[in-house]
Amino acid sequence: MSTVVPPLTAAGGEATNPSSKTIVFAADAPLQMECGVILAPFTIAYQTYGVLNAERSNAVLVCHALTGDQHVSNTHPVTGKPGWWETMVGPGRPIDTNSFFVICSNVLGGCMGTTGPAAVNPATGKAFGLEMPIVTIKDMVRAQSMLIDHLGIDQLFCVAGGSMGGMQVLQWAASYPDRIFAALPIATAARHSSQNIAFHEVGRQAVMADPNWRGGRYLEEGTRPEKGLAVARMAAHITYMSDDSLHRKFGRKLQERSAPTFSFDADFQVESYLRHQGSTFVERFDANSYLYVTRAMDYFDLAADYGGLLAKAFRSIKTRFCVVSFNSDWLFPTTESRAIVHALNAGGASVSFVEIDTNKGHDAFLLDIPDLISTTRGFLDSAARARGLKVADAS
Amino acid sequence: MINLGPGALSGKNRADHLLIAEMVEPGSRVLDVGCADGALLRLLASSRGVDARGIEISQAGVNDCVSKGLSVIQGDADTDLNDYPDDSFDYVILSQTLQATQRPKVVLENMLRIGRHAVVSFPNFGHWRIRMQLLLWGRMPVTPGLSSPWYETQNIHFCTIRDFVELTESLGAHIERAVAINQLGAPLRLSAPWWVWNMFGEQAVFLLSRRK
Repeated sequence: MSTVVPPLTAAGGEATNPSSKTIVFAADAPLQMECGVILAPFTIAYQTYGVLNAERSNAVLVCHALTGDQHVSNTHPVTGKPGWWETMVGPGRPIDTNSFFVICSNVLGGCMGTTGPAAVNPATGKAFGLEMPIVTIKDMVRAQSMLIDHLGIDQLFCVAGGSMGGMQVLQWAASYPDRIFAALPIATAARHSSQNIAFHEVGRQAVMADPNWRGGRYLEEGTRPEKGLAVARMAAHITYMSDDSLHRKFGRKLQERSAPTFSFDADFQVESYLRHQGSTFVERFDANSYLYVTRAMDYFDLAADYGGLLAKAFRSIKTRFCVVSFNSDWLFPTTESRAIVHALNAGGASVSFVEIDTNKGHDAFLLDIPDLISTTRGFLDSAARARGLKVADAS
Repeated sequence: MINLGPGALSGKNRADHLLIAEMVEPGSRVLDVGCADGALLRLLASSRGVDARGIEISQAGVNDCVSKGLSVIQGDADTDLNDYPDDSFDYVILSQTLQATQRPKVVLENMLRIGRHAVVSFPNFGHWRIRMQLLLWGRMPVTPGLSSPWYETQNIHFCTIRDFVELTESLGAHIERAVAINQLGAPLRLSAPWWVWNMFGEQAVFLLSRRK
């Protein structure tokens, strides 16, 4: 490490010394990245739950979203909160760890132990910062496939994920159709929309406008662009909810006061809530990582690799799909899921499609929504029967 | 009757569903358009071992099907059949749904394009009870099978068996099999002439194919 040691923040700590299993791919197993760079060595940090069966046929890969991580179903090492998908993954849950061997890895470009801008660049001994090559969804999936190889698994029983996790599911289906028996893309799209790129750009500009960002070298200089990152999170958080859910939760209610203060204090509960979301986020997330991972989503356009025809990405695919959207999700609206379903149908794939009625917006995929639970359970149980897997009795 | 296998007749299967299941070759690829709660899909999967898929317009029906492990998407027969490639199924089924579509002829054309066969079951508006209600009382018919009043019914394109036969002719479709069933679900005698079917058949099931 350099002599200018950054304050060992929680995120920095997990980025370099994660509370997870890790696998290092050395120079003999490099990652060919889409931007042209050959990345070696690189590290993947991952969690597993349940037991891999003797046939190695019961593995489920869970792909996390933008600011998620590999801690799907265990207490988070930084925040101390439950895993981000404990409603879906665990004993007796739809992705039942009594039946399935569940794997989740931190994405390439992340900040929880997989190689990303907060990790140490072995060539310099300093944090990568902006020397980290630009990461794409395809790169994330290629890295995951190397992890799956390492675990000795030929075919995953299922790949599941929401939002950016759903993008990875679609990329898996396109890149490795024979390696996934079932796919569960939730609240996602086959390409990032112009509006969504615009929201991401606002977030990145907020980070870069923070003087503590220091041109991306804040870890070396011992500062943190906390204000910029918090603003980015606040703006993004609005897009994860719906007008209706914000209104129901906060309305125009005032925060611990009976009258407006005629100032720029957080008079409204919704302001206080957003400030809290921003300030807790910066404790666990690296600002540069936020730039990289949002960029990966922006560049995602699955059809572009197939002459603009999404159906070609899924031609003759044998994988069974279950596509899920939420009717109040305006970030990844149902029309995006429908486009995926149309392409899968045109490709002759086996596909189910469910639009779930909820007012929770995009965040619904993380919540305990009964229709999401029952859909996932029904889909996975029938796929498991088709695959000849024994399924534990959930009741 | 073909043996539908154990369990097929044990539940309360609809009469037209049993006839449809009989017409479908085991192990084939089937698309059920308007599959509702998936009862026919389950019957076909369990008794005929088919690769069964469904389209259903109501989201509640779709969610119900998917949570039961069926492969079903939310969609509309009038618009979403256009997205399916030619010859992607062996059978495309429309059970008791034709009369609720906006453009029944286009739906049938699409079915015959997507599938090698089309199977259609529909209520016969030429049944004597329906004729009697119009003739004697001058009222829009309401029967046990068609229980909604005219202002609430989703059935906007009724036809008689004769009307349907004429439509298949105009589409150049070949009628491979046709069965009319009475209100007890029993098939009418095969030898009976069309006018008997049209008078006494409460519903009909047709197996169609494209004319070679």
